[in-house]
This record gives sequence, structure tokens and C-alpha cells, in this order.
Amino acid sequence: MSARTAQGRVVEVVALYAGCGLAALVISGLIVEAVGADWSTVGGALLDGSVRKPGRWGGTIGVTVPLAMVAIGTIISTKVGLVNIGQEGQLLVGAAFATFASTRIPGPGPIVLVAILLAGIVGGAIWSGLAGGLRYWRKVPEVLTTLLLVSVASNLVGYGLKKPWLLLDSEAKRGNRNLVSEQLPADTRMPRITLFGNDFAISAFLAIAVVLLIGWMLNRTLWGYRLTVVGHNRRVARRFGISESVQGMVAMLASGGFAGLAGALMLTGGDFANYRMVSGFSVSIGWVGLLVALVANNRALAVIPMAFVFASLRTGSGFLASTGIERRVTDVVQGLIVLALLLPPAIMFIRERRRALAAAGSRV
Amino acid sequence: MGGFLSAVWDVGTTDTAYTAAARFAVVLAFAATGEWVAERAGTLNISVEAMILAGAFAAAMGYHTTGSVAVGLLAGTVAGAAVASVQAEMSHRLTADQFVVGLTLNILILGVVGFLGSEWEPSTRTASVVEVPLLVDIPLVGPALFGQPWPFYLIYLVVPVFAWLVHRTRWGLEVRSVGENPQAADVSGIDVNLRRRQAIYLGGLSAGLGGGYLLLGQVGRFDPGIVAGRGFIALVAVIFGGWTLRGAIFGCLLFGSVLSFRLTLPGLGYELNNEMLSSLPALVTIVAMALFAHAVRQPEALARPFIRGLK
Repeated sequence: MSARTAQGRVVEVVALYAGCGLAALVISGLIVEAVGADWSTVGGALLDGSVRKPGRWGGTIGVTVPLAMVAIGTIISTKVGLVNIGQEGQLLVGAAFATFASTRIPGPGPIVLVAILLAGIVGGAIWSGLAGGLRYWRKVPEVLTTLLLVSVASNLVGYGLKKPWLLLDSEAKRGNRNLVSEQLPADTRMPRITLFGNDFAISAFLAIAVVLLIGWMLNRTLWGYRLTVVGHNRRVARRFGISESVQGMVAMLASGGFAGLAGALMLTGGDFANYRMVSGFSVSIGWVGLLVALVANNRALAVIPMAFVFASLRTGSGFLASTGIERRVTDVVQGLIVLALLLPPAIMFIRERRRALAAAGSRV
Repeated sequence: MGGFLSAVWDVGTTDTAYTAAARFAVVLAFAATGEWVAERAGTLNISVEAMILAGAFAAAMGYHTTGSVAVGLLAGTVAGAAVASVQAEMSHRLTADQFVVGLTLNILILGVVGFLGSEWEPSTRTASVVEVPLLVDIPLVGPALFGQPWPFYLIYLVVPVFAWLVHRTRWGLEVRSVGENPQAADVSGIDVNLRRRQAIYLGGLSAGLGGGYLLLGQVGRFDPGIVAGRGFIALVAVIFGGWTLRGAIFGCLLFGSVLSFRLTLPGLGYELNNEMLSSLPALVTIVAMALFAHAVRQPEALARPFIRGLK
């Protein structure tokens, strides 16, 4: 491809992304206007609640961390050509394992904290490993099993929260509204720091390190290359002596492990449910994290900004009450943004194909 | 074990248990019938949940504005098809990944109806019960199958029509062929992606109607959580049924009965593990797939996008 057409392609991609993103925002604005609110005040409130008002960055970072963890795990499984859409369940099971570990493991705080995070990883990996095992042992499509295991996970956690020997806090008052686990003691919580008036857990640095490390491993190491080969062409992988099932299982376990880690970080981080496991603990972080990975188009470096944008929508929605509009409007905006960002790669693919066919047409 | 058997006996001899099971099953059946067509054409359509939800919301708005159940059902059907249009055009015209599109739609539609529902607050009620004379007097299953709100009876129309379309028409043959071997279908002059889009549209119509029934025939009041995973269970029923319509309907009846136990068993004085029952459809399907994945032949090109020249 000559330099000129390469430049033209960049312009085209940028224009497509800008156009589609703008269209999503315009449609969101129209929906807001349709219910009789003003789009500029709503947008202003969202910005205030997520970043503009002093001290709001901290909460947004707290939501960004689990989103980024789920997304980076998703990228690993996508790399090897598997479709894991059960992060919500893997996250829940990870959080449940973490909670269980927190109440059972004695010892000094920092060691217990590490054990909690490891338990979360194990829990998530078990849940995705079930789907991966069925995929390679019995050829059951992993799309379906991961999806189905989400509802099983949420029922399992709901059951655990009723039983004192599993998750339920034995001190909690009886009644339907008290299905909660014991609160983490202060010394096993993730330490928090304050930067420029924004208070957040130090797991943010862990998350950035993990994203960079996985991004490097996927693109620059033999392991990442093996995953890429299997993802692109199984037959080539077999000729190279790369085992599809081994690489697939590793990717699947890693994918679920990161979702489980996200659950453990939510538990220890303090931005969700006040250091307790509650019913509905996952609050769709698994689903949204999956969307973050899709919107980041499976590039590790894009995960952090995209996770931050989606986290901003969530934290910003807390400020919508003053505008008299339902906070659920952010779910609409979020869905529209994802849908809009799916379009450019698809359109580019079709256009390039059409061009290639036109160019080849005179020669074939 | 004895307690379990006596519970089964009690449920099996109580006609309200059949009525509750039929109500659960019929929503699943509307959705599963549509999903079945889409899957036979080669799309694993996970946005069926969104289609039901959109159908339920549109039915609520339709009834709220006109006061007519028929208009509500029509609106629900149209809304189901509208969701289907996004799924179909994006995955089989623009070649975006079908799971990604489906997942996004599920989240988007949940957000849209949750938002609009709380802004507009449609008020609705359930449709009137119409008893079919004579048939309703059949012991046990009579009231369940022939003593329901009238939109229920549409299922007796939808299932045969869909079966006829897919198995007895040229269009249906083409739909099945693009699900089995799109390359061969393409060579013989069938527009593969067009047939797949049409199958998804049909699925959306049926799932939207199911959503309309769920609201106007059963629940009577709109709530964003109204669907509660029924779409996924319908999808599972199609797989459980081995991609035959008969099997899918059987799966709907089975899962519908299991889910209805939540309502009927406590009424008969039995304690039960609610979580276990709720996860039973998923568990049964996973086990069934693990055991019979080799025995049951799925549509060969299921979930594989078709792009001419690429295999």
C-alpha cells in the first residue's frame, strides 16, 4: 500500500469513528429531549459527577479498576479465538471465594489481603475453567456455557448468602434485607491514598501494571504469539506444534481469573457495597467490562481510557437526580456508544474488501 | 426421596400447577419458536432477551395509549422486529460479530426501556380470560391450555405457521440450507445473508409477540426486570431440543414447569431451594450438551458469519 492511500485510510478511520461517536451522542441527546429534559444540563451533571467536581476522580477510578481487569481478561480469551461472555458470573464467583477466604484465613492483614485476591482469581478461573473444559473435552460451545454459568453463579451466591457456613454474616439481623457477608476488618482492606483531593484505593496502580504487563505479554512474548497463532488459524498452530487445547485452556483460565480478581478488588477496594458481599454484588461490572474490551477493539492499551469513560458514565449518573432525569439514561448512552463504536471496523472491512475486489476484478 | 415423590404427585394432580406451568412455558415458546428459525439459518441470536423486553415495553405503551390489547400486541411485535433489524443488519450486512451485537442490544434495550418506562410510566392490565367451550372441561390440563387470557391462544397459530414456513416452503428450504452450508447455498444463487436477516426478523416478530403476551396476558404491569432471563432460557430450550421445533417446544414445557414450581410448590406446603430451581434450566442444558453434543447435530454453520470467498 502506498503512503498516500495509507494516509487516506487513517483519515477515513478517524472520520468514521468521529461520525459514529457523534451520532451516538446526538441520539442520546434526542432521547433526553424526548422526555422533556435539557441535554446540556444532563451532560454537565454527568461531567460534574464523574470528573469536574473536586474529589470525584477517586470514585471514578474505583469503578475503572474492576472494569479494566474484566476487560484485560476478555482480551486474552478473544486473542485465542474463544468467546467468553460470562465475566459477570466469573466475577461473582471470584468475589464469593474472596469473601469466603476473608472470613476463614487467619493471619496478619497484608497476607490475608493477598490471600483474598488469590482466592478471587481461583474462583473466577474455576468458573471459566468449567466452560473451557467442556469446550475442549466435550466440544460444547463456550459461548453458551459461559453465558449459562452466569445465572448459575448468581443463584449460587444468593444461596451462599443465606447460609452462615458459606457467606452469610452470622451477626447480621435476620430478614430478607440482611443477606450480607461479614464486613472485612480494617487491616485486610486495600489501603487508600489521597492525591490532589481524590481518595482512591492503591489497587489502581496494580491495575495499570497488570494491563501494561498483559499488553506486553500478548504482543511481545512467545506465549502471546502462540495465542495469536491459535486464534488466527488452528491448522497452522497444529503444524507449529502448538496445542490448541492447552493454549485455549490457559487463556480461558486467565480470562476468568482476571474477572475473579476484579471481584476480589471490588470487595477489598471499598467503592462497592462497603467491604461486604451482598446479593447483586456484581452490579453489571462484568457485562460492562466485556463491553470495554469490545470497544477497545482488543488492544490492551486502549482498555484504561475506555474503562475510565464507562466508569465516568456510572459515577456521573449519581449527579443526575438534580436534573430531574432518571439515572438509567446512562445505560442508554453506554449502549449507544458501544453500538456506534462497533460500526467503524465493520464498515472499514466491507469497504476495503470492495476496493480489493474492484482492483482484482480487472486481473482475474 | 419419598417427600420428593409425593411432591411430584401433588403437583401432577393439581390443575393450578398446570396453569402456572403453561403460562411460563408459553412465553418461552413464543421466543423459542422465533429463535429456532434464526438458529436454523445459522445465527446464534442472543439478543432474544432484548426482543422480548422491547416487545413487552411496546405492548405496555400501545395499551396505555389506545386501551386495546390487540394494538398492544401489535406494537410489541413491531418492537421485537425493530430490535431484530439492528441485530440482523449489523451482524449480517455489516459483518459485526453476532454475539457482540446481541450482548450490546441486551444491555442497550434494558437501559432504554428502564429509562423510558420510569419516565412515561405506562399503566396496563391483563387481557380478559377466554375459555374455549368443551375443551376447557378436560381434567387437569383443560384450564391450562384452553382457559387462558386470549393472547395465549396465538401460540397455537404461531408454532404451526413457523413450522410450515421452515419445513414446507421454498423459503424455508433456503433458510435451512444457509444454516447448513452457506457456501453451497451461495453458489446455487441464494442470497445467504439476506435469508439470515429474514430469519432474524421473523424471530424478532415472534419474540416481540411473546413479550407482548408476557405483559398483557400474564404480568399486567411493566417493570424493566419483567423478562428475567426468559430469553436466555428460550435460547437454551432450542439447543436442548436439538434444533428441532418439536424438541424446542418440549424444552419450553419442561423449563416452564420447573420455573413454575417456584410458585406452585410453596402453595402446596413444600419447602424448596429457590436458587436450585432457578439455575436448573441452565444446569440441565449444560449437562445435556456435555452428554449429547456428539449425538445431536447442530446446524453446520451455526454462529459462523458468511462472507463470500472466506471460509
